[in-house]
Amino acid sequence: MSAWKEFTKGFIKENPTFVLLLGMCPTLGTTTSSINGLSMGLAATVVLICSNCVISLLKNVIPDKVRIPGFIVVIASFVTVVDLVMQAYLPDLYETLGLFIPLIVVNCIILGRAEAFASKNGVLLSAADGLGIGLGFTMSLTILGSVREILGNGSVFGFQFVPENIDKILLFIMPPGAFIALGFLIAFVNHIKNRKAA
Amino acid sequence: MTGYILVFISAILVNNIVFAQFLGICPFLGVSNKVSTSVGMGAAVLFVMTLATTVTWLLYNLVLIPLNIGFMQTVAYILVIAALVQMVEIILKKVSQPLYQALGVFLPLITTNCAVLGVAILVTQKNYNLLQSVVYTIATALGFFLALVIFAGIRERLELYEIPEAMKGAPIALVTAGLLALAFMGFTGLIAVPW
Repeated sequence: MSAWKEFTKGFIKENPTFVLLLGMCPTLGTTTSSINGLSMGLAATVVLICSNCVISLLKNVIPDKVRIPGFIVVIASFVTVVDLVMQAYLPDLYETLGLFIPLIVVNCIILGRAEAFASKNGVLLSAADGLGIGLGFTMSLTILGSVREILGNGSVFGFQFVPENIDKILLFIMPPGAFIALGFLIAFVNHIKNRKAA
Repeated sequence: MTGYILVFISAILVNNIVFAQFLGICPFLGVSNKVSTSVGMGAAVLFVMTLATTVTWLLYNLVLIPLNIGFMQTVAYILVIAALVQMVEIILKKVSQPLYQALGVFLPLITTNCAVLGVAILVTQKNYNLLQSVVYTIATALGFFLALVIFAGIRERLELYEIPEAMKGAPIALVTAGLLALAFMGFTGLIAVPW
C-alpha cells in the first residue's frame, strides 16, 4: 500500500504548486485557459515519471559527486523527446505553450523529486511518486487555468457559458491576472489548512 | 543604432521578463525579502545571463548547426550553463574575493533559474546575430534587476503591515506582483520593436 501513499500525497499534502510553491514559471505562464494548464501539466508529468524511473534505476551507477549534472542530462533527454513529439503531433499546442516546453528542464519540481525521492527509492515507488506529484501539478494548473478562463472569458475547457455580449474581466487572461489568481488560490488553501489546525 | 536603443527600452519596460514573460519567477519570489540581497541577485543574473547567451550562441552556430544536431539544443544548453556557473564560481573565488562574497551565494541558484536558459533559447529562436543577442540579453537582465529591486522594496514595507493570516507570505507577494505587472502593462504599445 505504500506505493498508493506515495501516489496520493502529491494531490493535497505535498501539492507542488499550492503547498510547496515549486515550478512557478510554467504555472503562471501557461494557464491562460483550462486546456493549456492541463496540457502543460501532462507534459511535465510524462517527463517526471520517465526521469524518476530512470534515475532510480541508475542510482547506484551515478557517482555521488556528479549526480546533479547526471540527473539534469536524464531530464533534458526526456524533455527533448517530449518537445519533438509535441512538435510533430500537436503543433498548435506546441505553438501555444512555446518556450515552456524546453523549460521543463529547469522546473524545480522535477529535479527536486529526482534528488529527494528517486535517488533513494526503488523503481515502483519512484514511478508512483512521479505519477502522484505530476498529477497533483496537473490538477493545480487545471484549476488555475479554469479560474482564469471562467473570470476572463466566461468559459471552461472552451465551453462558453457566459453569453458573448456580457463583459468579462479580461485582466485575468493577461499576465497580471495570473499572479493575482494564484495569490488568492494559495490564500484559500492556507485558510483551509489554518482552520484544520485550529 | 536607434534599433538597439528601442530593443533596450522594450526588453526592460514593455516586455519585462518577469511581468510579461513569466521567466525567473522562482528567484523573483525567493530572494526578494531585502533590497540588498535582491541587488546581489540581480547583478549575478546580469553577469551569468550575458555570458551564457554569448557561449550558447557560439555553441549553436559553430557546433550544433554545422554538425546538424540542432535537436540537441536543450541538453547542450543546460549542460553549458551548469558548467559555466561552476566555472564562474571557481574563478571568482580565486580572482576577486569581495566580488565572490557579494555574488557567490546566488551563483548555484542561477543554474536552475529558467530565465537564463529561457533567454538563451529565445535568442536562438529569434535568429539574432551575436551583437543583437548580447544587447537583448543585457536589456532583459536589467529588466529582471529592475523588477526584483522594486518588488523587494515593496516587500520590505509590507513586513510592517498587518496582513490577514491566510494571505501571509506567498499569497500577498503574488498579489503585489500582480499589481506591479498591471503597472508595467501601462507601457504596452509604447514603442514598436524593429527586430
